[in-house]
Amino acid sequence: MTTPEVKTLTVNGVQVEIHGERNLLEVIRKTGIELPTFCYHSELSVYGACRLCLVEVEKRGIMAACSTPPENGMVIRTDTKQLREIRKINIELLLANHNRECPSCVRSSSCTLQTLARRLGVDTIRYKQRQELEPIDKSSPSLERDPNKCVLCGDCVRVCTEVQGIGAIGFSFRGSKAKVAPAFDKNLAEVECVNCGQCAAVCPTGAIIPHQNREDVWNAIHDPSKIVVAQVAPAVRFALAEFFNQEAGQNAAGKLVAALKKMGFDYVYDTTFTADMTIWEEAEEFLRRVKAGGPFPMFTSCCPGWVKYAEINFPSLAQNLSSCRSPQQMFGATMKEALPDMLGKKREDIVVVSIMPCTAKKYEAGLDKFKVDGNPDVDFVLTTTEIGRMIDSFGIKFNELEQEAFDMPFGFGTGAGVIFGTSGGVMEAALRYAVGKIEGKVPMHGLEFHAVRGSQRFKETSIKAGDAELKIAVVNTLGAAKELAQQAADGKSPYHFIEVMACPGGCVCGGGQPILNDRIKRSRRMEAVYKCDKNMQFKNSLENHMLKDCYEKYLGGQPNSEKAHHLLHTKYENLNGIFDAVEVVEAGKSSRKIAVSVCVTPGKDEKKSAEMLSQILDYADQKGLADKLVVETAFAPSCTKRQAGEVLVGGRFFDGTDLDAVKQGIEEAVAK
Amino acid sequence: MDASVRAREAEKAVSRMEDAEAVLREYNYDKAKLVPILQAVQARYNWLSKELLSYIACALGLPPARVYGVATFYAHFSLKPKGKNIIRLCDGTACHVKGSTAILDALYEKLNIKPDRDSTDDMMFTVETVSCLGACGLAPVMLVNDDVHGQVKPSDIPKIIDDLLAKQGSKTANEVA
Ligand code: SF4
Ligand code: SF4
Ligand code: SF4
Ligand code: FES
Ligand code: FES
Repeated sequence: MTTPEVKTLTVNGVQVEIHGERNLLEVIRKTGIELPTFCYHSELSVYGACRLCLVEVEKRGIMAACSTPPENGMVIRTDTKQLREIRKINIELLLANHNRECPSCVRSSSCTLQTLARRLGVDTIRYKQRQELEPIDKSSPSLERDPNKCVLCGDCVRVCTEVQGIGAIGFSFRGSKAKVAPAFDKNLAEVECVNCGQCAAVCPTGAIIPHQNREDVWNAIHDPSKIVVAQVAPAVRFALAEFFNQEAGQNAAGKLVAALKKMGFDYVYDTTFTADMTIWEEAEEFLRRVKAGGPFPMFTSCCPGWVKYAEINFPSLAQNLSSCRSPQQMFGATMKEALPDMLGKKREDIVVVSIMPCTAKKYEAGLDKFKVDGNPDVDFVLTTTEIGRMIDSFGIKFNELEQEAFDMPFGFGTGAGVIFGTSGGVMEAALRYAVGKIEGKVPMHGLEFHAVRGSQRFKETSIKAGDAELKIAVVNTLGAAKELAQQAADGKSPYHFIEVMACPGGCVCGGGQPILNDRIKRSRRMEAVYKCDKNMQFKNSLENHMLKDCYEKYLGGQPNSEKAHHLLHTKYENLNGIFDAVEVVEAGKSSRKIAVSVCVTPGKDEKKSAEMLSQILDYADQKGLADKLVVETAFAPSCTKRQAGEVLVGGRFFDGTDLDAVKQGIEEAVAK
Repeated sequence: MDASVRAREAEKAVSRMEDAEAVLREYNYDKAKLVPILQAVQARYNWLSKELLSYIACALGLPPARVYGVATFYAHFSLKPKGKNIIRLCDGTACHVKGSTAILDALYEKLNIKPDRDSTDDMMFTVETVSCLGACGLAPVMLVNDDVHGQVKPSDIPKIIDDLLAKQGSKTANEVA
């Protein structure tokens, strides 16, 4: 006997072979039976808490399939009277604890709780409904958390911790008080959440959903004085069809344009146009760095989830992040520059609506630095599912629509712009441009970089361009980005250029896309991106001639011109210290107070910190400013970069060597 | 405020996390030791403030939500400040039947604790109810710091409190109130 014996087990009388499956759930799935699950997620660790996936194993009794490894000879039944009863009771108990407002819930058709209740035939609930409701957290511009719909499956906690390496939400308390919430029951907007929306993408119910801006956009459409302009991100077109029950991996761009026109959008443009623009700016920035010998590595900056992550956790990398705004923001700034002129309208009358796969873009669009006199460059951001719901509510039969083309000139993009939608795409687009330019290949057809493609979390390659050897890395998920960022912060990065996207697989699997927790279907979306690129006439951003016109008319003639810099680039903030332990030393009585915080690190320069503190207190007394200040100590534990004796005055930073500067800072802050 | 007092105050403010840092150092900043670290820090500060939890989370490189989760999971950890003296009144079945509720009322009255609170304003006392202390034979049972008082009657309460304060050389509870 040379062939090793194949292990088998029996599911409902059918024999199945075991081939390295990690648990019974996966083996049972092979027989065509889909067990109900809540807390099982193939890409996360096994939790085993919901007790829905129960099966009966002969001679062993009832077991959770998701957390039981398959063994040779097991005899399994997935549907007995007792199992049915247990599952039903579980669902009933969850429903009793659930704020059941299904008709108005955003997840109404994609909710696992609802689907399971229907599948298991729960038609009455024998338990009394919980009375008091917890407040809904609407603090975040990206997400809404309704604890009353949470079934405590923990998927969001695990995705945020295991995949994103953040852990902004976690389990707290226990027993009947157990809940999922940010630290100290703070609001999501006050903690280290980067708005990626992956928690919403895995939540089986409507307990975490993208913040909804549908009403805002309807209002703009219905306001006759407004010109409403849409931009459609590359990734949206590869997932929207799923919302309308079509197979994954179709390109719905043409139908989406048709639908938006019907709904009353005045112009429908393509973010691919500004993706190409991003490449012009970013690849030029990279070439400049190559010439100047650094600073390296350069990180891409088109993912606002990643940018916020870096601002919170690695503020020292500000110089390493490309100064380019994301394609969404480049589009907004360009529209508000060009359209008033083109259409003879005021800036305020142009409403730019982004249609994005992404919840973080909602946060980005609201940042003050992207506003002019209070008017934002991008007025509203809709996720793919929001636009799906709007199309639906208009009564449009999406699947029957005839395709229409984007409006020109801002609806024109190349294949390089399209592949921005997936992990590796921004890098490949930049390389097509940069390598093409270094090697003087025009037009740059046939420049493809397959090493950066695919859904692996980490990809690296090195590329010869002229005399230079460029080391390249591409990561998706922030958990994977963390290591590379740490390496760069320690000055040990071997790379020249690193692309980061926060979502697994990139934007095609963004937090605003139709819910899809299936690896195979996810990769269909990625394949569709490259298929679309293949079919494009132009594949290099350099070949976008409409973009050339746009630079000539509105952006100072060429990439990196002064005007382009002003409109298309940005600066980064230091958001570190969200969780510094702050203790109030003296608080004044005035209603408007300036926070003055002195950084203290136990064991390090304590004398200096104490001196600084008492001098600030003395100074406040002398000048009679004490009532207008809150003087605090901020304890920076070993991991943060803040140094003992440093002072923040109303958010402004002083390194603590110059007391007079601090005093002046206080006076200025109070005077403002 | 005179300068030397001010300087002393500043030094005190600056050294507030020193004990926590000492505990962390002792445990080698090991995330796996989160529970013993929280225990040791609580032992020194009497309770776990938000500031302490944040500090520990950052120092260990753990998400603050996780540290908060552990701290709220175990009843042993206190996220509210505790008084100097801690009175634990048993409200297990046996003690409840033998009248623990009346004793709780007597404690609240004697210590002048406001409804919805569990500590005196001056933080001299915190009153907690706990489940069965395993001394049902002595029901109703009350622990004052580490001393067990069995078969307590409501009328015993003023004396127990006054004796304790006398022992500690403080003013009586009435004067405090
Ligand atoms: S949006 Fe992202 S970072 Fe924020 S809680 Fe959800 S998974 Fe975590
Ligand atoms: S919010 Fe959603 S994903 Fe998170 S525990 Fe609750 S039900 Fe599960
Ligand atoms: S990867 Fe894309 S979808 Fe995800 S947060 Fe970043 S920009 Fe948004
Ligand atoms: S899916 Fe197995 S216990 Fe939840
Ligand atoms: S019930 Fe109070 S000690 Fe047991």
